[in-house]
Amino acid sequence: MATRHSRGIARIMITPAVIVLLGWMLVPLVMTLWFSFHDYRPQRGIYECCVGFENYARFLGSSSFLKAVFTTLIMLGGSLGITVIGGIFLAILLNQPIWGQGIVRVLVIAPFFVMPTVSALVWKNMMMDPVNGILAHVWAAFGAEPVSWLTDVPLFSIIMIVSWQWLPFATLILLTAIQSLDSEQLEAAEMDGAGPVPRFVSIILPHLARAITVVILIETIFLLSIFAEIFVTTQGGLGTKTLTYLIYERVMESQNVGLGSAGGILAVILANIIAIFLMRIVGKNLDR
Amino acid sequence: MARAISTRSKITFTAVAWLIGLLIFFPILWTMLTSFKTEAQAIADPPVVFGFDWTLENYCTVGFRPNLYFFDFNEFCEGAPRSEYMRFLWNSVAIAVGSTLLGIVIAVPAAWAMAFVPGRRTKDILLWMLSTKMLPAVGVLYPINLIFVEADLLDTHFGLIVVMTLINLPIIVWMLYTYFREIPGEILEAARMDGAGMGQEIFYVLAPMAVPGIASTILLNIILAWNEAFWTLNLTTFDAAPLTQFIAGYSSPEGNFFAKLSAASTAAIAPILVLGWFSQKQLVRGLTFGAVK
Amino acid sequence: MGRIALRNVTKAFGDVVVIPPLDLEIEDGEFVVFVGPSGCGKSTLLRLIAGLEDVSGGQITIDGEDATGSPPAKRGLAMVFQSYALYPHMSVRRNITFPLRMAGMDKAEQKRRVEAAADVLNLTDYLDRRPGQLSGGQRQRVAIGRAIVREPTAFLFDEPLSNLDAALRVGMRLEISELHERLKTTMIYVTHDQVEAMTMADKIVVLQAGRIEQVGSPLELYRTPRNQFVAGFIGSPKMNFITGEEAARHGAATIGVRPEHLDVSETEGEWSGVVGVSEHLGSDTFFHVHDTGLAETITVRASGEVGFRHGDRIHMTPRPDQVHRFGPDGLRIE
Repeated sequence: MATRHSRGIARIMITPAVIVLLGWMLVPLVMTLWFSFHDYRPQRGIYECCVGFENYARFLGSSSFLKAVFTTLIMLGGSLGITVIGGIFLAILLNQPIWGQGIVRVLVIAPFFVMPTVSALVWKNMMMDPVNGILAHVWAAFGAEPVSWLTDVPLFSIIMIVSWQWLPFATLILLTAIQSLDSEQLEAAEMDGAGPVPRFVSIILPHLARAITVVILIETIFLLSIFAEIFVTTQGGLGTKTLTYLIYERVMESQNVGLGSAGGILAVILANIIAIFLMRIVGKNLDR
Repeated sequence: MARAISTRSKITFTAVAWLIGLLIFFPILWTMLTSFKTEAQAIADPPVVFGFDWTLENYCTVGFRPNLYFFDFNEFCEGAPRSEYMRFLWNSVAIAVGSTLLGIVIAVPAAWAMAFVPGRRTKDILLWMLSTKMLPAVGVLYPINLIFVEADLLDTHFGLIVVMTLINLPIIVWMLYTYFREIPGEILEAARMDGAGMGQEIFYVLAPMAVPGIASTILLNIILAWNEAFWTLNLTTFDAAPLTQFIAGYSSPEGNFFAKLSAASTAAIAPILVLGWFSQKQLVRGLTFGAVK
Repeated sequence: MGRIALRNVTKAFGDVVVIPPLDLEIEDGEFVVFVGPSGCGKSTLLRLIAGLEDVSGGQITIDGEDATGSPPAKRGLAMVFQSYALYPHMSVRRNITFPLRMAGMDKAEQKRRVEAAADVLNLTDYLDRRPGQLSGGQRQRVAIGRAIVREPTAFLFDEPLSNLDAALRVGMRLEISELHERLKTTMIYVTHDQVEAMTMADKIVVLQAGRIEQVGSPLELYRTPRNQFVAGFIGSPKMNFITGEEAARHGAATIGVRPEHLDVSETEGEWSGVVGVSEHLGSDTFFHVHDTGLAETITVRASGEVGFRHGDRIHMTPRPDQVHRFGPDGLRIE
């Protein structure tokens, strides 16, 4: 079917998509790269060329950078840990024969469809408000002092919100992966005398390994750019300033575009390192 | 093979699963309930679960006033709304649907060509497209902002539709590609043996088989565009602001506003929650790029 | 009419030559089976005839007219695919009428032909179902129905039975043979299963690595295989091959004896060995004999009553007129 003629048509059909994506990727990235070598502070009317790597040095050297990286890693690690472990647990649970499985599945998946600004505000007010929030009522019911979540443990609170949003994603993907496990394999293991725990460790977990990797990589890419959740809750205060938010502040709030752009380029490099791993997995799948 | 499982363990699993399911769903459920309470009931101590006077007042306040041809919600409400939900809703719909359709128009030919006339570089192109999705948005925020200011695109439907199309295009291409690739080549050959010309082949055989995949792709992308909150928050203020921005307007506390916030939240997520439940299966395919089946 | 001729036809994918120059004549009304191990080029050959692949060289004529460059639709051939390739979104009726609609035939004639085909194939009750609601055998029949309504000059079958279970396969084999009896249309059938080839064909074409090893009727191939490959491929269980001194005694590099052409005895015979596994089929018994000093194993077919046990000594005598002799080049020595 693939004659020279059809190849020519195929190339024409692909071209628009390639061109718009190429433009979308290259133009702003080159601009960011360009600005990152300038001292560019539009509000003060400063635009000086060629400060070399000064912006990079300043961005990397500032105490807020290290803190932001640290915050980002804690947020990332915490959310990943909760969603992956919780997801495995939930996937196995939902794979059991239960009454109303479809409904439970729908309930579990729902948070994923809630827009980030809504989930952040609902949690901030309805759940975590120290006076009227549900958690405060629960704490009070047990005679404990209600916690002021977003001021006392702000980073933890944001991790909770983000995990609530992404747990459904992990569950859904791991559930799909578990369902593709050949039940005869489990029965063979059972015949070989493997109890539930060895079966989980030596059959289910290895089978899930690839799905888990995919979940971790995709969540990492999305979680690294978490923005709205912080924007509508702490505004980056109280030790919740992630790298993304720090760059956002530098560029949009303090209008130090040069400095922020240097940070942006660093973030791009960081994301690309993770992306390479994801691409490897996806690419392998394409060959089959 | 199916095997007998004891009723007792089934009851246990069912109980645990329902408990956890309800716990996870609780924030949404609670928000929905609160949206029908008065502000006083919303912060009552102890909290009222069901025994409250159901009211639609909060929906009136946030501007949920659909004017259906047989019933105008406005007649039911008093005074002016605090915010204009309907306007934001329209913006959300316009941006989500507009960007998805534009994306489909660009992506269908590309995915089609890659699935049916694969070349040596098809795989590289697909992976490269994906990689653009992984570009951290904040890294290009300022340039995009600058371009929008210069081109007078800030806070316009058109500007936002273009950006949404571009950020979701890789996912659209990818999903369509995986769907198209499942159409077996033998069917196309059978059509050719049966005397179908190129046009007939596309119209009678390929298109009907591709429609379900295209529909799923559209569905998932409307959801993704609806919930996108980085570019919508940064590139809109009022005229083209979608529901993400509408909710962000409720981010600073103001007296008793729990019931109003709940109504606003419920109104913002309800449409997409319904669509979302229909798209569970496509979600996995769309968001893992075929790496998990 | 359905006379198909291939002259000097070659096919190469890039640098890989799949089919070296090949000539073949298929007479009108013949049931021709292409058989060979997987990867022998039999499906490619069929697709070249169908027009789904372009030939790299040579000429294909159908009823004397050059069809080499014609698109598949113009060749007047119908094909049944291995996966059936039914259109999943159309009802059985729409599937079967599809080629007629493409040809712009009038509605009444379409209806008449579909109903006739459905009647022949026992599909009348299923006409309004979708392919997804049918069993494997029914899908197979729909695929055949789609082929016969066109009244083509020839039918092409690409391993049509390989997705069916064993019992159904035997049934469909008979149905296809009966269909051929009734229609008397040329049929070209590709399979890797020599039993299908032997039972259905008027003429078998044995292929290996894109080359035709032998063309002939099933019995010709069975009785006088042209070379060692055909001898080993046709017949089940496989022919026993013996080399070395015993072959030299017959004036050949290799001799071949079919399991059914060995007479067994408990006491005396030309060859002897120790019985290993025996397979009892009821009517027949196959003995796998070891330690003969001739070949690793010799398979013998005896009647069901013959009762050797594992470890017994067995004596065998080949029927002298049934010993096939092959030269060092693998070719038959007459």
